[in-house]
Amino acid sequence: MRVTIDQDKCCGAGSCVLSAPEVFDQREEDGIVLLLDAEPPAALHDAVHEAAAICPAAAITVEQTEQAERV
Amino acid sequence: MTTTERIAREQDTGPDTGRSPVAVPAARAAGCPFDPAPEIARAHREEPITRATLWDGSSCWLVTRHQDVREVLGDPRFSADATRPGFPFLTAGGRQFATGNPSFIRQDDPEHARLRRMLTADFMVKKMAAMRPEVQRIADGLLDRMTEGRQAADLVAEFALPLPSLVICLLLGVPYDDHEFFQKCSSVLLSLRSSVEQVRVAQEELQDFLSRLAESKRRAPDDGIVSRLVARGELDNAAIASMGRLLLVAGHETTANMTALSTLTLLRNPDQLARLRAEPSLITGAVEELLRYLTIVHNGLPRIADEDVTIGGRTIRAGEGVLCVLNTANRDEEIFPGGAALDVGRDARRHVAFGFGVHQCLGQPLARVELQIALETLLRRLPGLRLDIPFEDIPFRHDMGIYGVHALPVAW
Repeated sequence: MRVTIDQDKCCGAGSCVLSAPEVFDQREEDGIVLLLDAEPPAALHDAVHEAAAICPAAAITVEQTEQAERV
Repeated sequence: MTTTERIAREQDTGPDTGRSPVAVPAARAAGCPFDPAPEIARAHREEPITRATLWDGSSCWLVTRHQDVREVLGDPRFSADATRPGFPFLTAGGRQFATGNPSFIRQDDPEHARLRRMLTADFMVKKMAAMRPEVQRIADGLLDRMTEGRQAADLVAEFALPLPSLVICLLLGVPYDDHEFFQKCSSVLLSLRSSVEQVRVAQEELQDFLSRLAESKRRAPDDGIVSRLVARGELDNAAIASMGRLLLVAGHETTANMTALSTLTLLRNPDQLARLRAEPSLITGAVEELLRYLTIVHNGLPRIADEDVTIGGRTIRAGEGVLCVLNTANRDEEIFPGGAALDVGRDARRHVAFGFGVHQCLGQPLARVELQIALETLLRRLPGLRLDIPFEDIPFRHDMGIYGVHALPVAW
């Protein structure tokens, strides 16, 4: 899995941090999303998909990589 | 209507299905105070994007499905700017509230994003988590006072309302001593019964109060949000007052009503209450489920189309208003099977109770912390909690933009 974020789209609602705190955080000065792990382990994939699905600003993109598909 | 007009109208609004437009706000059914209004629930089942008639005879689209609501609210071609002709309002007072000195909730990007980003750091998840001990202290203090030497009280007046009120005042740097004044203003601004004049006066009084507060923070700063906005040097007192007013009003009735209505809902669903009491770790998910099930922003979020947009197979034309109905979206069987029932074990995180898109509630991390602590503390400390009046006598807020109960007499 490869995760990308678009900080320009982010509206700082913080729902991604609640779903997957190992992968997403918020920038101290303005609450905008920070990506902690662009290739999170399989155990976090469901939480990352959930974070992408509930992001109100569509700022999170998840790509399935070949390696992840084999797993 | 002539044939030509009718054809023109059909091209604009899709084929005439023979259904009369739904009048909104629509009344909930007697005896089902937690469920969406029957007419809107029927529209959701039978014609999920339908026409509605508003108080002034104007019409708009009612969008009722989860997917369609997310599409509209997530699409920048739908504007939140209430000054555009054709913007749908639920009442004349609501029009005054939305257009008289609007805050960024009624603006579009890039101005909306510029203003909102001045506040996003103040409500971030980590900061709100750090507030937990303070919120817990406030919750315990209120319950100490409520229960001291007594066996009954109004949960709204003594716990559900003062808790978020104290917290938002603390965050903003607003003196809580003035709470009766701004709670009254907030209630006028959110009532569907308020006249244009009442809304105008409440808005001006609150604006003056917050302008004076901003001025006082210029002289004597503290670490509240109002002081920080002053210190940025980008906004004048009036602009800070508009922003403060949004936060103060939004911080009051929303969490207060979620707390009281959630308590009532749990008392009416004893199996769910027992489950939550037996497994307090369910509280985080239970709050999401209660947000979904109750959806207190219940009359729909307004938008206006900037250009022609096709949603769920319907073309919404430029200049047409839309109301996104959150409570039917949150009962959508495709996303929440068995959604008409409360299930504290459900994964309800995809609910849209906080809205969707770039305007989604900024204060949601705060609301979650407050609700989790309020409900957990209440259930733990008052194991014998029960209603103190018959359910039929509870005054539901059918007259308010934010749903809930005006009072909740309980005993323990």
